[in-house]
Amino acid sequence: MIAEAGHYALVLALVLALIQSVVPVIGARLRDPALMNVARSTALTQFAFTAASFAALTWLHVTSDFSVANVFENSHSLKPMIYKLTGVWGNHEGSMLLWVLILALFGALVAAFGNNLPRSLRALVLAVQGWIGAAFYLFILATSNPFARIANPPMEGRDLNPILQDIGLAIHPPMLYLGYVGFSISFSFAVAALIEGRIDAAWARWVRPWTLTAWIFLTLGIAMGSYWAYYELGWGGWWFWDPVENASLMPWLAGTALLHSAVVMEKRDALKIWTVLLAILTFSLSLLGTFLVRSGVLTSVHTFASDPSRGVFILMILCLFIGGSLALYAWRATTLKQGGLFAPISREGALVLNNLLLTTACATVFVGTLYPLALEVLTGDKISVGAPFFNLTFAPLFLPLMIAVPFGPLLAWKRGDIVGASQRLTAAGILALVTMAVLWAWTKGGGAFAPLMIGIAVFVVFGALTDIVERTQLFRAPLSTSLHRARGLPRSTWGSAFAHAGLGIALIGIVCETTWNSESIASMQPKDVVTVGGYQVRLDDVTQQQGPNYREALSHFTVMLDGKTIGILSPSKRNFATRDMSTTEAALLTRGASQIYISLGDSHADGSVAVRIYHKPMVLLIWFGPVLMAFGGLLSLTDRRLRVGAPKPAKVAKKAGALQAAE
Amino acid sequence: MKRIVPALIAVMLMLMPSALYAVQPDEIMADPAQEARARSLSRELRCMVCQNQSIDDSDAPLARDLRLLVRERIAAGSTDQQVMDFLVARYGEFVLLKPRVESRTLLLWLIPPLVLAGGGLALWFGNRRRNRAAAGEEGASFQLTPEEEARLEKLIAAQESPEKSG
Repeated sequence: MIAEAGHYALVLALVLALIQSVVPVIGARLRDPALMNVARSTALTQFAFTAASFAALTWLHVTSDFSVANVFENSHSLKPMIYKLTGVWGNHEGSMLLWVLILALFGALVAAFGNNLPRSLRALVLAVQGWIGAAFYLFILATSNPFARIANPPMEGRDLNPILQDIGLAIHPPMLYLGYVGFSISFSFAVAALIEGRIDAAWARWVRPWTLTAWIFLTLGIAMGSYWAYYELGWGGWWFWDPVENASLMPWLAGTALLHSAVVMEKRDALKIWTVLLAILTFSLSLLGTFLVRSGVLTSVHTFASDPSRGVFILMILCLFIGGSLALYAWRATTLKQGGLFAPISREGALVLNNLLLTTACATVFVGTLYPLALEVLTGDKISVGAPFFNLTFAPLFLPLMIAVPFGPLLAWKRGDIVGASQRLTAAGILALVTMAVLWAWTKGGGAFAPLMIGIAVFVVFGALTDIVERTQLFRAPLSTSLHRARGLPRSTWGSAFAHAGLGIALIGIVCETTWNSESIASMQPKDVVTVGGYQVRLDDVTQQQGPNYREALSHFTVMLDGKTIGILSPSKRNFATRDMSTTEAALLTRGASQIYISLGDSHADGSVAVRIYHKPMVLLIWFGPVLMAFGGLLSLTDRRLRVGAPKPAKVAKKAGALQAAE
Repeated sequence: MKRIVPALIAVMLMLMPSALYAVQPDEIMADPAQEARARSLSRELRCMVCQNQSIDDSDAPLARDLRLLVRERIAAGSTDQQVMDFLVARYGEFVLLKPRVESRTLLLWLIPPLVLAGGGLALWFGNRRRNRAAAGEEGASFQLTPEEEARLEKLIAAQESPEKSG
C-alpha cells in the first residue's frame, strides 16, 4: 500500500512537472500573470509529492518491507537503523529519487523565495526546472522504479553493500547532489535569460546566491567523499582521479569559474555571454556526471551496450538538454549586448585569467575521463588514463592560478596597477620566500619541489589576508579604526579572503602529505614494534568479536613517542557474511593536523597479521582547506547585497502610494 | 576501491571481492632503493581487471602477480624503462596509466595546451578588437574641428598666463 502510494505520488509529480513545463511558458508569451503564476503552485506541490514519494521509500526501508525489490536488494532486518535510512539512497533507484527530490526542492525554493524576480523570468526559470524534472521523473518511472514489488516476498534482504555502511556516506551523496542539482538553477536562469533575450547585472545578482549555495554543497560533498575514501578504503589515499571523482570535480571547476565570472557581470556588466555559457556548461557537466555514474558506461563500454535501457535514456536526456541549451545559446547569445570595457591588467582581467585556467583544467579532466571511452567506441583500442596523466597535466594549470589568486582582489576594476598590487603583496612574498628557505634548509636540500610549492601556498594564504589588512588599514590606523572598518567590510570580501586562504591551506596539506608521508608495511606478531615517522607503534593483541551484522578481527595498537604512550588505536577488519565481503576499519590518531593511520590486513595461521601503518603529516589540512572555502562561500552568501537583492518595484510602489495618501 | 561517489560502488564492488590493501609484507624487496623504484613503477601501471586502479593500490590477484613481476625484473637488473617496455610488450598499452604520446593519443595530450592557447588567443584578439572599436567610437565623437582646436588653445593659453604671472 505504502509502495503503491509512493509510486502514485511520483506519477503525480511527473504530471505537475509537465504542467509546469508548458503553462508558464505560454503565460510568459502572452504576458498573462495568472498563467505565469501556475509555475509557482506547481513547483510547490510537485515538491510535496516528490517528498511524499521519498518518505514512502524511506518508510519501506525502515520497516524492512522485503516485498519491495529495492528494499530486498539493499537492506537487511539486522542492519542498524541509521544505515536503513542511508540505504534509501545507497542504490541506483533510491539515489535517483533523491536526485529529483533535490531538484524539486530547489524549484520550490525559487517559487517560495523568488518574489523579487520579475514575474516572467520566474515563470520561465520554473518552466525550465519543470523540463528537467519531467525528464528525470520519466527516467525513474520508465527504467528505475524504486517501488517495484516482488511476487513472492523473501524473508530476509541481501543487505547494503558493507562499504557503504558508514556515516561518511550517510551525508556524502545528499551533499554532492545538493551541489550537482543546485547548478540546475543557474542553468534554468541562463536558459530563461536566453529565451527572454534580456540579461543584465540584476540577473547576475539573482543567480549568484543559487550558484554559491550549490558550490558550497559541492565543495563540502567532494571533501567529505575524499575523507571517506581516505579512512574507509584502507590505504590512506584521498584522491584517485577516478572517473567518478572526476565527474564531481568537473562541475566544481566550471562552477568555481561561474562564481567568478558572475561577479564581473554583476559589478561591471561585462562577460555576459561567457557567464551564460558557463552556467549552461556547469549543469551540463553535472548531467554528464549523472550519466557517467548511473549508466554503467564506466565499468565497461560493453556492460553499457549489453544493458542499455538506463544508459541510453540518460544519454538522451543529456543530448536533449545540453544540445538544446547550446543550440539556444548559439541562436540567441548574439542578441545579448556586451558591456563594460576593461584593460587586461584589472580585476576583470584577473577574473578572466581565473576563468581561462579553471576552464582549461576542467577541459583537461574532461578529456582525460572521456578519451579512453571515446577511443574504445571508435577504434576498439583500449588505453588507460589515470592519476599519472592528471598529475602531469592538471598541476601545471593550477600553479599559475595559485600565483595569480592573491593579485586578483588587489587590482582595481577597469584598470589595475600591477606594480602597486605587487608592492602590497611584498610582505606575503617575503613570508613565502622565508618559508621556502627554512623548509629547504630543514629538509637538508631534499628536493626543492615541496618547499617551492609550500612557499606558493603560503603566498596564497597571506595574499588573501593582505586584502583584508589593506582594507582595514591594520597596522597603519589605530586598532579601533581597523576593527570598525573590519566590521564595515562587505561579507563577500571576507568570504573571498577565507576561500582563497582555504585554497592555500589545502595545497599545504596536499604537498606535505604526498612528500613526507611515511609508511610501514609489515607482518606483525603481538608485542612487535615498528617505527613510523618518529613514532613507535606496538601491536598489543588481536581478538575476534561479533557486531550487529558482521564479525570482526579487532586489534589494539599502542602508539608511543620517545617511549611515552600517546594513544591506543583499534583498527579492525570486518567480515559481512550476507555478501561475503570484508571491509577494513582503519584507526586514526590525530596529532595537530597530522595523523597516524593503521589498517589491518589478513591474519595468518601463526598469529601474525599484515599491518599497514602510515604517518601522514598535515594531512587534515587537505580537508580543512575546502571547509574553509565553503565557510567563505557561506559568509559571501550572507552578504547584505544578496539578502537585499534587487529593487522590489511592488513595495516601492506601495510605499509611494502610502506617502501620497499621507500627504 | 577508489571511488568516492557511492552510487557506482554498488555496481563495481561485484568485481572486487574485498576492500583490502595492496602491497603485502612478503612482496617487499630487501633493498629499500629497489623497493622504492618498484613502488613508483607500480603507481604507473594499471591493474587490468580493476576499475582505474594502479597495481600499487589494488588487491586483486593479478595486481599481485604484476607487482611480483615488476620486482623480479628490477632484481634482475632491468632499468625502469626496460621494466615498462617489458610489461607493455606483454600486456599492451592498456597497462600504462599515463598513455604514451602517439598518433591515437595525440588529441588527449594536445587538447589541454590547445584549449589554454586557444582561449588565451581568443581573449587577446577579443580585447584588441573591443579596444579598437571603442577607440574608433571615441575618435569619431571627440574629433575636434580646426576652429574648435584653435579656440581650445586660446582658452588654455588664457588660463595659463595668469598662473605664470601670479
